[in-house]
Order: sequence, then structure tokens, then C-alpha cells
Amino acid sequence: MKIILSTYFVSLIGLALWFQQDTTLEESMKRGSEIYADFCVTCHLDKGEGVANAFPPLALSDYLLENREGSIRGIKYGQDGEIVVNGVTYNSVMAPLGLDDKEVADVMNYILHSWGNSTETVVTPMEVAAIKKN
Amino acid sequence: MRNSVWLVCLFVVMFNFSCAQQADNQVDTPNMVPFTAELLIDELPIPWGFAFLPDGAILVTEKSGELIHFKNGTKTVISNVPEVYSRGQGGLLDIALHPDYPNNGWIYITYSSAEGDGEGGNTALIRAKLKDNSLVDNELLYKAVPNTTKGQHFGSRIEFDNEGYLYFSIGERGDRDVNPQDIARDGGKIYRLLDDGKIPNDNPFVGTNGAKTAIFSYGHRNPQGLVKHPETGAIWEHEHGPRGGDEINIIKKGANYGWPMITYGINYSGTPITDKTAMEGMEQPIHYWLPSIAPSGMAFVTSDNYKGYKGNLLVGSLAFQYLERLVLNGNKVIKREKLMGELGRVRDVKEGPDGLVYVAVEGKGIYKLVPTL
Repeated sequence: MKIILSTYFVSLIGLALWFQQDTTLEESMKRGSEIYADFCVTCHLDKGEGVANAFPPLALSDYLLENREGSIRGIKYGQDGEIVVNGVTYNSVMAPLGLDDKEVADVMNYILHSWGNSTETVVTPMEVAAIKKN
Repeated sequence: MRNSVWLVCLFVVMFNFSCAQQADNQVDTPNMVPFTAELLIDELPIPWGFAFLPDGAILVTEKSGELIHFKNGTKTVISNVPEVYSRGQGGLLDIALHPDYPNNGWIYITYSSAEGDGEGGNTALIRAKLKDNSLVDNELLYKAVPNTTKGQHFGSRIEFDNEGYLYFSIGERGDRDVNPQDIARDGGKIYRLLDDGKIPNDNPFVGTNGAKTAIFSYGHRNPQGLVKHPETGAIWEHEHGPRGGDEINIIKKGANYGWPMITYGINYSGTPITDKTAMEGMEQPIHYWLPSIAPSGMAFVTSDNYKGYKGNLLVGSLAFQYLERLVLNGNKVIKREKLMGELGRVRDVKEGPDGLVYVAVEGKGIYKLVPTL
């Protein structure tokens, strides 16, 4: 009985956290979509497709999905120098956007869960705060 | 049978109409160009604007907020530059010298500023003098309100006309349904001031109740090109459209350029903004770009240094990363050419006092176009 009860409570807490993460993510993505429309869409376009040889795609971008820290750093501090995205080399300057840590987390959550992208953990403002300029 | 004849006629007519815009919306890449691009100032992340001092030095605004003095290969950072509101497209923007600079020393700068009430920022214009590598006698001539945390559409370019009036542009600050069509609000406007910041008595909305009297024209989206025509003296402007519909306009006193009531562009999402490209009382552009090139910076070629280029208009493309040459017949664009391809985002272009063309490219620096033919 004890085991059943504790399993029950553990699952309950687990589920609660799971759902909470879901609503947190949903709200963060909603704010992130507004930031995307303000700051990002001009270059990376509406479906995250980017512009060939000028602005790298975000949709199904190996750089974004496999280099979470570098992507956050790029949004937080700006990006320059060469990066390779889906086998194509880009060398454009993205100026620092002036977003605060929460806004960076929101827009990361939006782009990490849009246009076929997905990831397991939600980006939090704390995670963004911990990332320093190179 | 009769029906099919009509259909053929209809097809021919429709086909011709659909092609009407194509000649000027096609860009060619020339085999030969009459210049080589020589990197004059290197290692500039985002050179937003630049101006030529009489002693051969160049002043360059960096979007990040630095003002750089360049002479004989040496860069010096100028101090006492106003602090920029660093968000989105904001930063240190354009720079221009007073037409009588050798006698009065005034330098004009636009930038995004957090000055005033409310969170966020908006575009400001100052004038100042340069002394011992510092700006001195700084005077704030205009500050748009309200401040907003929106990241887009600050404008901004500065230009003087032959009468000594100062023109500068402010974009609609991401509030397209509120700002550009309302002359009681800042944003989405071309402004005209006297060189000391006072408002000319004959500005179009002087005497209009509630109007911002510095406004010279309205209904703009995000103008980042402003240049005086070398012969007519008129102020030419270009502005970013949304997806499609970047425009070149000739600025007329009090005129409405239509954004967002009329446009040749659509939303980034592909949905329409309006089904209208023309309306009574609103100006038509002399040219529009489809797709958008994201124009920034604009200069007329007035010298004979580049064979065949005299009278042409040069415009930077941020999106496609080249310098565009537009051949004009009067006010009509008859040919477009892609120059300096694949170098980087072209932010500004100017004809120097030496009659040579200088081009600011992001991540690279400022190029001098050295004539070869």
C-alpha cells in the first residue's frame, strides 16, 4: 500500500510539473512569437527559412538544434564570424538585439518549437543569464 | 469559336499587364564594371553612416554607438557621443555635415535615444562640433515620442537641400496602424527643420491643430535613404517595404506616401496588408522593388569617373548584399544592375568630395570604388 501511495504521489507531482512546463512553454512561446515578429522576421522570415547565403535558416537548423548555448549567446550578444548551418557557411553580422534574458529565453523557446523544430527542455531566463560572452 | 477568340484577346491583354512591371524589377549582373572596390577602412562591424571632413578624414557611425574618426589609416574613437538605446534596429544611425561646415563646424547625428518619459526609446537628432577627438556643444534638436520597446523602424537618414533646410527620417517604430497616417504623432515621417532645429514657418502642417509641425511628409514605413537630386535639388527617399514593396519616392511638401493604406508589399506571413496599391490623395513611388532588396543608403553619381554611370542612382541592399545601380530616364527607373555582389550587407553609399563613390559594408568596412576604365 505504501508503495502504491508513494508511486501515486510521485507520478502526480511528476505530471503536475510536466503540465506546468507545458503551460510555461506555451506562454513563453507566445511571448517569443511577438519578439520574433519584432526583431527576427525581417531576416529569418516567417517560416524560419532564412535567405540563401545571407541569413541562415532557423527551421530544421542543425546549428540551432545542436548548439543551444551558441545560439543563445548569438541572440544575447550578437553574432559575427563564420558559422556553418546545414552545410552552408554564413558570414553575416547580427547586431546585439538588446533583449533581456527573459526575452531571449522566450524567443529561443519559440524558434526551438516552430517549423518542425523540437527540443526536450524549456529555455529559462536563468539558463540565459548564465551564458557569458565569449 | 467566338468565345475562344475573346479568350485569346483577354489572355494577351492580361499577359501584357502582368509584364508591365517586369522590366524595372529585373536586376542584371554586368560582365564588366568601371571600377575596382578597394577596402579603405577595415574591420567595421556595422558602419551605419559616414561623412567626409574637409581635411580628407572620414567620420563613421557604428550602430553599436561608436563614432570613429579615420584619417591616413588611423582610427580614433570620438568621445562624448550620446548614449544609444541599443535594441533591435536602434543604434547610432546617420551623420551629416552642415553645408557650411568649414565655417560653422556643425555635425548632425541621428540615433535611437531613451531620453524622456517611458520605457524604451525613439529616434533623436542632435548637432555638435568636433574638438580634440570629442563632440562638444551638443544640442538635442529633435526627439520623437513616445518611447517604445519595439525593436524596429527607427529610420534614419539626414540630408540638406539647396536652401539649407535639414531633412531627416524616422520610421514608424513598429506601430504601423497608429503612427504613419497620423500627423499628430511621430514615426513614419520625413521631417524638415532649420539648421538650428527650429521649425520653418512654411512647413506644411504649421497652423494645423495638434500636428507635429516638424513633419514635411508622412505615410512612410522605414526610410533609410535620403539624398538631394544633383540637378533638380529635390529630396529623393527610399524606404523598406514589408515583404515586397520597397519604394523610391520624391519627397513633396505635405504629401502622404500611403503606408499602410497602400503598398506593393504583403505581410511577412504572406497575408495581405491591404488590397490597394493606389488611393486618391496618396503618392505613388517612382519605383518599387519586388522582391524587397532592403534598401539602405543612396547616392547619385555626379562625376564622369565611372564610364556610363553619371546621373545614375546607387542604393545599398541589405537583404541581397550588393550595391544596386539604377539607370534613370528622368524620374523613371529603366535598368537595374547588381554591383559588388557577395561582399556583405551594404549599409550606406556616398559620393565623396573627390567624386569617387564610397560604400559601407557590414562586417567589412568602407570601400572606395577606384575607376578602371
